[in-house]
Amino acid sequence: MNNVIDVESGNLALGGRPILRGISLSVRQGEVVAVLGSNGSGKSTLIRGLMGLAKWNSGDIRLFGTPVAQFHDWHRVGYVPQQLSATSGVPATVKEVVASGRLSRRRLLLPMRQIDRAAVRSALAAVELTDRQNDAVSHLSGGQQQRVLVARALAGEPELFVLDEPNSGVDQHNRLGLARTLAHLVEGGGTVVVVLHELGPLAGLIDRIIGLHDGRIVYDGPPGDEATLEAHEGQGHVHHHARSFPDHVPLEPGWRL
Amino acid sequence: MTLLDYPFMVRALVAALFTGLAAPAIGTYLVQRRLALMGDGIGHIAVTGVGLGLLTGQSPVWTAIAVAILGALLIELIRERGRAGGDVALALIFYGGIAGGVMVTGLAHGSAQTLQSYLFGSIVTVSQQDVWAVVALAAGVIFVALGFAPQLFAVCQDEEFARVAGLKVRAYNLTTSVLAAVTVTVAMRTVGLLLVSALMVVPVATAQQLTRGFKITMLVAMVLGGLTSVSGVAASYYIDVAPGATIVMFALACFVAAWPVGSLVRYRRRLRQPFGEGDGALPHTVVPEEHGHAHGDECGHPAVPHADHVDYVHDGHRHAVHGGHYDEH
Repeated sequence: MNNVIDVESGNLALGGRPILRGISLSVRQGEVVAVLGSNGSGKSTLIRGLMGLAKWNSGDIRLFGTPVAQFHDWHRVGYVPQQLSATSGVPATVKEVVASGRLSRRRLLLPMRQIDRAAVRSALAAVELTDRQNDAVSHLSGGQQQRVLVARALAGEPELFVLDEPNSGVDQHNRLGLARTLAHLVEGGGTVVVVLHELGPLAGLIDRIIGLHDGRIVYDGPPGDEATLEAHEGQGHVHHHARSFPDHVPLEPGWRL
Repeated sequence: MTLLDYPFMVRALVAALFTGLAAPAIGTYLVQRRLALMGDGIGHIAVTGVGLGLLTGQSPVWTAIAVAILGALLIELIRERGRAGGDVALALIFYGGIAGGVMVTGLAHGSAQTLQSYLFGSIVTVSQQDVWAVVALAAGVIFVALGFAPQLFAVCQDEEFARVAGLKVRAYNLTTSVLAAVTVTVAMRTVGLLLVSALMVVPVATAQQLTRGFKITMLVAMVLGGLTSVSGVAASYYIDVAPGATIVMFALACFVAAWPVGSLVRYRRRLRQPFGEGDGALPHTVVPEEHGHAHGDECGHPAVPHADHVDYVHDGHRHAVHGGHYDEH
């Protein structure tokens, strides 16, 4: 098995509530896969499950052929969360945050080696933040903070790059920059899984789309057939104005069907 | 006779120096995780440890360290489990800790005077063995806080990312708690259990008025902590008050001095931050009125980089030189 990601019949519940149901998918090396779906469809949970941050209830989930629970080669994975975690109480520079992305390849108690420094430098350059490296991250704009997170993942020189809605709250200039960075990564043989709300400037890079709806995969195929996805999105979904009472809400006394 | 001629003063100063270096080192991580009051909580719990030491005739340092570590681990587990009721649970632990300490000390027929030397520090009671224990424990705390700084920083900065980077997040969090507990006990002799948290937090708050990075904040805080502890203990010799009070007052004085400087630096930095490029070009707008003033390096108006030129900030306007006139940017 040479797939980067393999999920076979994965089910994941959070706090007892089933979120992902019957998920089966695989991502091959070098693919660029976009995960699409509306809010609450389980996109972020899928990513968190793949990263070992949320626990699967059942199913066979593998990264690079190893079950995720036993996976230890985390330096092969670069994770870009949706946003910088709530600004911490002590300032940190851009460079310090990016350098923390190198930890998966560093040894305990040893200073950074030459190659570690070089990786941090080129990660900063890739997102065009070299001239801001000594500024506090909290002083940057939202789009620039997003770039810091991308650089942090790049610094580990991962083979699999996983991004959770990197384009939300980010302007066009930054989105184009991200598209260039990812294109460069793919040229080098990297694999990309990216959660998106809409394809936007990344459309040209995407090889395959996985559509989620209500915790199930409803579409898995090449881009361009999004109409199919839209059709699935519409299935079983009733617009509120089409009925005289809100659906999914218990009827109040007096209502008659 | 100078104060260095008294062996008890030398011991107290050595203990103060190591305490002053160790407390802000671990305090930086606590402040980063927004757990600034955790040291306070551990300090309260350690009072019970002191009481148990007095009751059983053991050295209060070791009973305090054991109880403080247990308390710190308990606080960390409550924090990890999360949100609802967490702060109330912590409050219960704090109050239980201090009430238990006072009660057990009473049962041991310890005087209020004895307990007070642990609550607010005491320079005359530091024994030879105490100094060695303080130095060894503080050196251990400093070693871990600096040696594992990259890992601890990553875990405190973004727990989920640290987990995906393969770090044992829980182990590092528990390590931080244990270090905090050890530091509290170390500081018990000089600043005392009720004021130890101030020595963990105030130097960090002072340092970050002037710093932008994590590592530099930690180092500056350690220097400040060391200086205020040593000078606080020395001052307490001359004016005969508990050293905890003088140390914390000195630390607060540093903060009060640094705050206006920090505000000014931040204000000036914000003024000079480059303007964004903007997505589309704005229409060309010439400054309408006769502009008699010539902007330049010496004119006093902040010159802010904007794309490939400089804007001069002028009564809420941004003026850029364009040919023979100024444009509104």
